[in-house]
Amino acid sequence: MNIDELKRLAAEIRARIIENSHKTQTPHLGSCLSCTDILVAAYFHTLRIDPQQPRDPDRDRFILSKGHGAAALFQVLALKGFYPEAMLAAYGEDGGIFAEHPPTPSHLPGIEAATGSLGHGMPMGLGMAMSARIQGQAYNVIALLSDGECNEGSIWEAAMLAASQKVERLVAIIDFNKWQATGRSEEILALNPLVDKWRAFGWSAYEVDGHDMAGLIKLLSNVPDGSGKPVAIVAHTVKGKGVSFMEDDNNWHYRIPTADEVLASKKELGVAA
Amino acid sequence: MRNAFADEITKLGAVDPKIVLLSGDIGNKLFDKFKDGAAGRFFNCGVAEANMMSVAAGMALCGLRPVIYTIAPFTTTRCFEQIRVDACYHEAPVVIVGTGSGMSYAELGPTHHSCEDMAILRTLPNMTVLAPGDTVELRLALRAALRLKGPAYMRIGKKGDPLVHTREPEFTIGKSITMQPGKDVCLISAGVMLPVMMQAAKLLAGQGITARVESFHTVKPLDEQTLSEVFREFPLVAVAEEHGRIGGLGGAIAEWLARQERLRAGLIAFGTDDAFMHEVGSTEYARKKFGLTADNIAHQVQAKLRSARAH
Repeated sequence: MNIDELKRLAAEIRARIIENSHKTQTPHLGSCLSCTDILVAAYFHTLRIDPQQPRDPDRDRFILSKGHGAAALFQVLALKGFYPEAMLAAYGEDGGIFAEHPPTPSHLPGIEAATGSLGHGMPMGLGMAMSARIQGQAYNVIALLSDGECNEGSIWEAAMLAASQKVERLVAIIDFNKWQATGRSEEILALNPLVDKWRAFGWSAYEVDGHDMAGLIKLLSNVPDGSGKPVAIVAHTVKGKGVSFMEDDNNWHYRIPTADEVLASKKELGVAA
Repeated sequence: MRNAFADEITKLGAVDPKIVLLSGDIGNKLFDKFKDGAAGRFFNCGVAEANMMSVAAGMALCGLRPVIYTIAPFTTTRCFEQIRVDACYHEAPVVIVGTGSGMSYAELGPTHHSCEDMAILRTLPNMTVLAPGDTVELRLALRAALRLKGPAYMRIGKKGDPLVHTREPEFTIGKSITMQPGKDVCLISAGVMLPVMMQAAKLLAGQGITARVESFHTVKPLDEQTLSEVFREFPLVAVAEEHGRIGGLGGAIAEWLARQERLRAGLIAFGTDDAFMHEVGSTEYARKKFGLTADNIAHQVQAKLRSARAH
């Protein structure tokens, strides 16, 4: 897919996420919209994965460490072909598999780790990347974190071990939308200077506009980056990206859109109602 | 026990390239031989147990057989959520070893005591909880744990724990080992209380009371078949563990017993009190304080049998 196609796909996925939130009355819209472009860049450009062989031992791994973005990941995995899109009609239904956080890998193809409790996915991804080295494999592991998730001590424990072990096939992308559940992330636990922090922890750290598809692809295609270090990508994002009345408004961490708001969103995204 | 663990994992690691050993910055030199025989498969993960547990789960999901080793409270209570979510929820075959369990490190103070580990890990779906009674059982338990499809926790003692088994018994996870037959009382032991329980049986024998002794090296899954048998056959069952009386093997048996009908035996549970031990003391001191001695167990059992007869 070229850049324009990826952008159109991201808009389509955003529209589906918003529609799903309304239909199922489920939250975390802002968090899903802020990482949509990152998911699209990874799944539709970078990751070496085959939906027909979801357990191929040599596949790249992607872990949504910020598990509350599951509604976005579910759409991406369906469009990628891991399961039929029609399955998503059962999102949130009693007895179904699509909860508000990803289930375990044995319960849904395409999932690499059941996340939702923050600070678990990235350390698990570190174990997967270390496993590649032990078993002589050459896959990459990408973990997508939220800035709020960087509150968790386990992230920094993992950061130090990844650095001492020089796990160069591990990538941590931080969806840095400057918000967490109840306020500005910088005000809750002083997070900045976030890029310097990763660098000080021994990582090769980059900054990128997390909605710039070309910029994301360029960084994601350069792993390992030759430094011998794990790679941190601090992606500056806007919570609720793509819909003017949701952008950078933290009410949309938990707010559910009305039918009219779904229509207005689709119009802004250029997606047919 | 820790030397036996190091020796056994070294042997296993040398022949199985899937075995990886993760340590939380303890066991300096203890694993030098493992490092020689399993090059590139030993990782000192530092004093960062939460991360170590997640890393192990990630490795297990990629087909490796990680074994985690550190002091019991730090590999259980410290990182309980990582055990729950990353190991148990994912059914990741991680073997978690807690060394210095119970009151093994009594003199280090309550931060290093571990009298809750079996209770909390027992609550987790998919988890197997092992408490081998001596180094022979430890080696067998480790081999068996590495064949499981899901996670296991194994609590072990420290250095110089007495050897009880004189030859290798048959070992199956979830099936207790009958150490000796008896007619009057059944003594059930978990973990390093095994030599103490054997000694208690000896003391009782001196009083004309013969005791069957069972080594419950597996606390979960519970050997309900043996329990049904002994609670039917004996008037009294005594269980001892270097663990709190809340939620350990005694607690597990009491839960099971409450669901049974028409079983005749009474139950006495020996374990540590619901309290932190604030005063300094050795393991022997702690055992004495909490009544975990052969003398006390024999005495209590005898008294209970006598009062039962009087009724």
